[in-house]
Amino acid sequence: MTDPARPLVEVRDLVVNFPLPATRLFSRRRDEVQAVAGVSFSVRRGQTLGLVGESGCGKSTTGRAVLQLLRPSAGSVVFDGLPIHEWWVRRGGRWAWDARLHGLRKRMQLVFQDPFASLNPRMTVEAILTEPLRNFGLARGRERRERVQRLLETVGLDPRFMRRYPHEFSGGQRQRIGIARALALGPELIVADEPISALDVSIQAQILNLLVRLREDLSLTMIFIAHDLAAVRHVSDRIAVMYLGRIVEEADAREIVAAPRHPYTQALISAIPLPDPARERARNRIVLSGELPSSVNPPSGCPFHTRCPLREDRCIREAPPLAEIAPGHTVACHLVDRPSLPVSPA
Amino acid sequence: MSDQDPDTVLEVRDLRTFFRTDGHIVKAVDGVSFTVRRGETLGLVGESGSGKSVACLSALRLLPSPPAFHPSGQILSRGRELLTVNGRELQQLRGDRLAMIFQDPMTSLNPYLSVARQLTEVLEVHKGAPPAVARRTAIAMLERVGIPDAARRIDQHPHQFSGGMRQRVMIAMALLCEPEVLFADEPTTALDVTIQAQILELIAALQASLGTAVVLVTHDLGMVAGTADRVAVMYAGRIVEEGTTAEVFATPLHPYTRGLLASLPRIETPPGGRLEAIPGLPPDLGHLPAGCPFHPRCGLASDHCRQQRPPVVTVSPTHRAECFEVEVPR
Repeated sequence: MTDPARPLVEVRDLVVNFPLPATRLFSRRRDEVQAVAGVSFSVRRGQTLGLVGESGCGKSTTGRAVLQLLRPSAGSVVFDGLPIHEWWVRRGGRWAWDARLHGLRKRMQLVFQDPFASLNPRMTVEAILTEPLRNFGLARGRERRERVQRLLETVGLDPRFMRRYPHEFSGGQRQRIGIARALALGPELIVADEPISALDVSIQAQILNLLVRLREDLSLTMIFIAHDLAAVRHVSDRIAVMYLGRIVEEADAREIVAAPRHPYTQALISAIPLPDPARERARNRIVLSGELPSSVNPPSGCPFHTRCPLREDRCIREAPPLAEIAPGHTVACHLVDRPSLPVSPA
Repeated sequence: MSDQDPDTVLEVRDLRTFFRTDGHIVKAVDGVSFTVRRGETLGLVGESGSGKSVACLSALRLLPSPPAFHPSGQILSRGRELLTVNGRELQQLRGDRLAMIFQDPMTSLNPYLSVARQLTEVLEVHKGAPPAVARRTAIAMLERVGIPDAARRIDQHPHQFSGGMRQRVMIAMALLCEPEVLFADEPTTALDVTIQAQILELIAALQASLGTAVVLVTHDLGMVAGTADRVAVMYAGRIVEEGTTAEVFATPLHPYTRGLLASLPRIETPPGGRLEAIPGLPPDLGHLPAGCPFHPRCGLASDHCRQQRPPVVTVSPTHRAECFEVEVPR
């Protein structure tokens, strides 16, 4: 039997490299960019981990590598005690999933950001939702149709819409179809990659409510990837903040927002506009100078040192390790014991 | 009347912008009125399809006609009526008095031309500046918007700039002739949060030093809370509520505004709870419901909401909403 205390997902020192386009014609040597540069975290059963960060920080790549939609270049991904990062085989000069990894698709699924690009426009909703059932030989005939009906009801869509095509639906409804497809095989883990950022403001709350309800009803474990920290905090038990391929801070969702310790987390939180004019005008905003460095050519030492208002010499030379500063709260910063910036986060 | 108000730099009256598409008419903007005063920031808030961007594009007459047409409306900039001026005058007004920046700077900068070409052209056309003067002015403006090493970077092409830097170039270009009104259509939506903070700070600083009024078009209520003096909330081509930022956030009148504010996950509320989502979907502008366009999604809708356009109810000299359910304070 599975041990309930064991995390469902355990990621250790995950690295994902992407080859860069060859700089010279016929050159054999390919430079690589490190999109994920040694990330570790674990997610307990039934919990939701929020991954936040700006574009290019590696949060989506991390999510895809957890699901083995990308092959990790190094490190391990253990799912329910199984070393799934090893379940790849070399086939025709390329890496492919072995049979065990194919079978594991039933247990872990992805919800995409763009509900316009992620549904095949030439398939009806019924075909979209039966495809995973057919692939795994689950249910047939009337039973299969009943399952599709139940799935649509679960995500709050009228089952009579089954014969329609994706273009007949709004963005929010399409996202519901995407969620229904992810749920079709009864997964334990859902990775939701920016599931609300393409939706209208008045629809975002509907989808967040749906995800929270499904998580409770189906006891799902979730990795929720987004740049909107207020939304991430709403759904997550724990939050990990990423910067240039690394986790710089991880803690309980409420604690990281109320008392952020890494200078980057502090700046990120202070940059979120609050829908409250009085507080918005009273607070002390940290506006970072400079831009996100390129991960093709990452800075030495601490990856944040080029923009950090507290930087010291040591930060330029040595990368700080992720260290526990309080139970369940880890920070990668040399200066975490110093008095922090005058920030009023919320 | 605001014609006499010397502080009014732009007045839009009963503007309608319709599009003729195959078979029917899409009413993107359906009777919108607002004024912009010198140096202020007006937040124009709404979801996609609410008409906020089309209202701005109409105000600069940037929409191709056909398919767009204006069955009614006046756009007044210092006594000139933009909807009727000829092409030459329009060219002068755009840039000189009114300018616009867009969400995606890459699609609004010409990828083939150097930044220098694109900036100096503005000054040569509008101010008749000699090339050397135009170049000096352009470099000074790039420095002002925070582009390091501006004298060298001005000769680069747009693709050599990052997203945040490109938006700075756009802002520099828009402000070269020191316009009275800058329309900023989702100026930071394509940018990361920490870069967004930089750009908003830059716009506020330039606004303070140049006295430019800003019409900030956005879906982000948080951004409006921090930067706008007044807010106009748009729904289905109408301004359904308008007031000072403090009024709209503290005592929202329209059920749509109240719904939007209630639906936001907030950094201070207990996580995991149920958000008060607005039910239903934004309306199809080609097939608007009768009566109040918000009635299919409104918890307070009654029979007259389904049949008649709601009246404009004014609750303070600055605060008004279009709704049957608003109570007028005595």
